Amino acid sequence: MKTIVEVKNLIKNFPIGTGVFTALKGVSLSFLEGEFAGLVGPSGSGKTTLLNIIGTLDVPSEGEVIVLGKSVGKLTPKDAAQLRKEELGFIFQNYNLLPVYTVFENVEFPLLLLNMNTDERKQRVMETLKWVGLTEKVNSRPSQLSGGECQRVAIARAMVKRPKLVLADEPTANLDAANSHNILQTMEKLNKELKTTFIFATHDEKVIGYLHRIIRLSDGKIVEDETPNP
Amino acid sequence: MKNKKYKQDKSNLIPLQGLGVMIKMAIRSLIGNGLKTWLNVFVLSFTFVLIIFMQGLLEGWNRQALNDTVKWEIAGGEYWSLKYDPYDPFSLDSSAAVMPATLKSEYNAHEIEPVLFSLGTIYPGGRMQSVLLKGIRADQHLIALPTNLLKPTSENDVPVIIGGHMANQANLKVNDLVTLRWRDINGTFEAVDIRVAGIFVTSVPTVDVGQIWLSLDQLQKMTVRPGASTIIIKSEDVSAQHLTQWPFKDQSELTKQTTAMIKAKSNSYNVLYTIFFLLALIAIFDTQTLSIFRRQREIGTLVAMGMTQRQVVGLFTLEGTMNAVLAILVGAVWGMPLFVIFSINGIHIPMDVSSFGIPMADRMYPVFTPTLIAGTMTLILIVTALVSYLPARKIARMNPTEAIRGKAL
Repeated sequence: MKTIVEVKNLIKNFPIGTGVFTALKGVSLSFLEGEFAGLVGPSGSGKTTLLNIIGTLDVPSEGEVIVLGKSVGKLTPKDAAQLRKEELGFIFQNYNLLPVYTVFENVEFPLLLLNMNTDERKQRVMETLKWVGLTEKVNSRPSQLSGGECQRVAIARAMVKRPKLVLADEPTANLDAANSHNILQTMEKLNKELKTTFIFATHDEKVIGYLHRIIRLSDGKIVEDETPNP
Repeated sequence: MKNKKYKQDKSNLIPLQGLGVMIKMAIRSLIGNGLKTWLNVFVLSFTFVLIIFMQGLLEGWNRQALNDTVKWEIAGGEYWSLKYDPYDPFSLDSSAAVMPATLKSEYNAHEIEPVLFSLGTIYPGGRMQSVLLKGIRADQHLIALPTNLLKPTSENDVPVIIGGHMANQANLKVNDLVTLRWRDINGTFEAVDIRVAGIFVTSVPTVDVGQIWLSLDQLQKMTVRPGASTIIIKSEDVSAQHLTQWPFKDQSELTKQTTAMIKAKSNSYNVLYTIFFLLALIAIFDTQTLSIFRRQREIGTLVAMGMTQRQVVGLFTLEGTMNAVLAILVGAVWGMPLFVIFSINGIHIPMDVSSFGIPMADRMYPVFTPTLIAGTMTLILIVTALVSYLPARKIARMNPTEAIRGKAL
């Protein structure tokens, strides 16, 4: 299987006042195509920082991160945006749906950025909404949806362009248990059928139970990398 | 589930489609803002209509004033006697001169009309009033004065015509007789009873206020200045000659003062709608700043989905500019009928404007040219775009990871 992400001796520093805070202290790991893996650790362990760098939303201070063959630290803002637009999907803790758009329009948005033609866009959106079971809510606005439904829209939005890699930052943090399981089952199914790589940042035990590979972080370092459910 | 690659429609891969997407997004966000958008749009549309209306009114006034001045006073321009100074009444007597021989043929063809000026005094109803006497040929056709009424009906008849404001000032009516006193070239005072043969209505105060028109022959005889005139009005159909003793003043020179006074009025109106415009722009600036603050998560999400931060700046700038587009559309809906009504029916000016010193009809017709409308639209769009861009610039400096969490600002 192909390596999707390769992290080599990654260090990330943040300026704080007159000093520097090191969020990641020499992290090295890699992810293969089709993995369903999670970065697990308490708050402040560096999991979100690592996820953001893999997602090209941030850059390494030292070391190298290679995503789909491209070195994140060497990408121009335009190239990074292009990579995110074509190959990466994001799922956020707070769903981050566009409030003035309907469900259909939220899911359609990444395809508009890819200049997909109208007919194919429509077909693709409806197909994706069918995966997440929201075809009857196409004309609803996010304010009219429950938390679980909002997160399923976010998953659909992340998946609609068939990305190679989906990054999910605490996707179940604002959901109850039933919805959390529902979301995770959906994502697991998508991972199996589409071979999309999923990387989670989480400290939720419910999520950990679904992960095929668990990378534990503590204080900016990897303390464990296990594969309980290969 | 199939994981096939999507078909890229290459015919759509042109910058315009990207712009179309952004316009669609901008409109959607604007409408999503609800009342705030419509308040901004209303104020901006009011400013848009006000600017066009006031500028149209001034343009109409300017055109009307210039047209009326040409029609009632200057025709194609004037030759002035070398010593004539319109600002020195004491020069009037000494400035009259005989018309040059080179203008004889044009004189005979009525392509020029000499006018003699002299000072006098009338005594209407026992009061005394200084007047400027102007003598012109009764059979002239260059200016709109009803000079055909200046032909005497009997030997002792001295018919005159006066303007409406003059008639009001002196309390004179048609066929009234009033005593006129003047000094001839020898300094001798003379007097005669003049008959008001006609009262004309004009917007040009410089042929009306404080003036009495009579036959040129009659005035030349009265002042013992045979063949003399102070100015010579030229037809628009003939070219001006270069005469050293009679310098020519063309239409633009003679209407310079009128144009300058109207322009001064324009400057004061500029202040008025600049204030309205600034209010609208401040509202848009505030809305943009608040919008960017409230929509940090959205900004971060757009970046995560593959827009560059510059594109997001462009999106928010476009959104702000759409306020102007909407304002123009709304302004067109309620402004156009007003423009049409007023340009056809005019606006009645219910005040005595004779003291203004410049031609101002009692009914003004605004002129709304395509240049005016297009220019105002362009101004509003450009300035609104700039005001929308200024607060949007900070998006380019936002950290997207913090924006996603709503903590970038």
